[in-house]
Amino acid sequence: MTDAIACTGLAYAFGDTRAVDGLDLTVREGEVFGLLGPNGAGKTTAIRCVTTLLPVPPGMVAVLGHDAARDRMAVRRLLGYVPQQLSADQGLTGRENVSLFARVFDVPRRERAARVAQALAAVDLTDAADRLAGTYSGGMVRRLELAQALVSAPRLLILDEPTIGLDPIARTGVWEHITAVREATGMTVLVTTHYMDEADQYCDRVGLMHRGRIRALGTPVELRQGLGERRGASATDPLPSLEDVFRDVAGSGLDDTSGDFRDVRSTRRTAQRVG
Amino acid sequence: MSEAPAAPPSASADRAHAQGIDLLLRPPEPRAGWRLLPARVGALCAVELQKLRHDRTELYTRAVQPALWLLIFGQTFTRIRAIPTGGIPYIDYLAPGIIAQSAMFIAIFYGIQIIWERDAGVLNKLLVTPTPRSALITGKAFAAGVKSVVQAVVVIVIAAVLGVALTWNPLRLIGVAVIVVLGSAFFSCLSMTIAGIVLSRDRLMGFGQAITMPLFFASNALYPVAIMPGWLQAVSRFNPLTYEVDALRGLLLGTPAHLALDYGVLLVAAALGIAAASSLLGRLAR
Repeated sequence: MTDAIACTGLAYAFGDTRAVDGLDLTVREGEVFGLLGPNGAGKTTAIRCVTTLLPVPPGMVAVLGHDAARDRMAVRRLLGYVPQQLSADQGLTGRENVSLFARVFDVPRRERAARVAQALAAVDLTDAADRLAGTYSGGMVRRLELAQALVSAPRLLILDEPTIGLDPIARTGVWEHITAVREATGMTVLVTTHYMDEADQYCDRVGLMHRGRIRALGTPVELRQGLGERRGASATDPLPSLEDVFRDVAGSGLDDTSGDFRDVRSTRRTAQRVG
Repeated sequence: MSEAPAAPPSASADRAHAQGIDLLLRPPEPRAGWRLLPARVGALCAVELQKLRHDRTELYTRAVQPALWLLIFGQTFTRIRAIPTGGIPYIDYLAPGIIAQSAMFIAIFYGIQIIWERDAGVLNKLLVTPTPRSALITGKAFAAGVKSVVQAVVVIVIAAVLGVALTWNPLRLIGVAVIVVLGSAFFSCLSMTIAGIVLSRDRLMGFGQAITMPLFFASNALYPVAIMPGWLQAVSRFNPLTYEVDALRGLLLGTPAHLALDYGVLLVAAALGIAAASSLLGRLAR
């Protein structure tokens, strides 16, 4: 089976800052893969390389067998992308928002309305489809963005912090729809999140990224068991949490190094808009 | 790191999926070759019209300034008779210039809009679709044109109410629409090109203010090129707004114009603008 994503020695620098520094990562087709790490770890830069937003040399990134440098359009046709920011257009209705993405993915006119309706139904937004997106709650906007990504039947869905700033009920709602869509379509999901409980609960495998590289990789249980063994815990001791694994990998001093001003501002703006 | 735990599952996802998603399992057939560009342009123009349909506030507020130009400047200078207009009332002479000015002001805003779209994640999401950057910029340029044409209709109606003797020949009005679209395409691309260089909204607003009025005054929108000092005449010959106003005046008022040259210059300017803005779009994605 072809890997959904294969990064080989992926490196990307902004000036002197190496945001991604020799990333080797394979995401298997059909799995939900969580990319975790502190702000500034290189997650978003890695995602931008995979989505062709940032140029990479040939041979570093392949999406379902297509090289991200040589075959950009083919890669983009396979992708559904939801960025961290609330990117739905508030001046359009939910239906119009989804219809725009149906058009730019070449959905023919004869099936556009039906496909848009299915995408909206898949995220439970049928009743709100003809309201302006500016009147939606944060959770509804996230689901609308999911519908925008789903309308082109992507084989790889990439979600950058999809639940940031949402309340627990809205977070669960977003994840339920992601999980249900994945089960129904068999698509691969690559997600970044800061919420360790979400990664633990919904991801098949996670990669912990720090300073531009993957520092730990496996299923959430494997990573927690691994830390427990390194700490010499007995079989009856409770497993460490994924957050413990995160702290173990990233170490101390995160407050001083994680994320620049722009990262934090963007995160806060998104949280403020959904809250 | 782990904040509030996720809530217990609800039934909404199951309910949603009970309704069928067969179409979402089949990727659409890619459009090939020449059909891709008009499809993208059509999609982005449709978005502008949908937004205008939902909220016409901008259309009304943007009509205030041209109305004031025609009402105050136009009527006053018609009485003064200080500017040679070739025998037509000054307000008539001014009206095509104000239409071009309104269209330019709308188009110049597109640079700020594309930076806002970058900050909001909209631009990245569009750049991850199978849309070449040149098609995205062309789409935005024509969307600016569509918005400007709607604005031009408003200004033409205001001018008609103020007694300006405009043509109502449908062919000439179609020609006006084409000129407005080409002019707006150029100015929106100029603005998006500057956005790709300066990368920040604050800097672009400074640039926008610095270039908008000089472009307006270094054109034949308010007065004929012949009465300008030599250096300003030279500048006006490189200013696409001059050719836009010349064509609008010829089409709307029937004054002597160089329509072939005007259309040619605006077409080349729009093409160069699209090429420049497309080449710099990648800087905004980083």
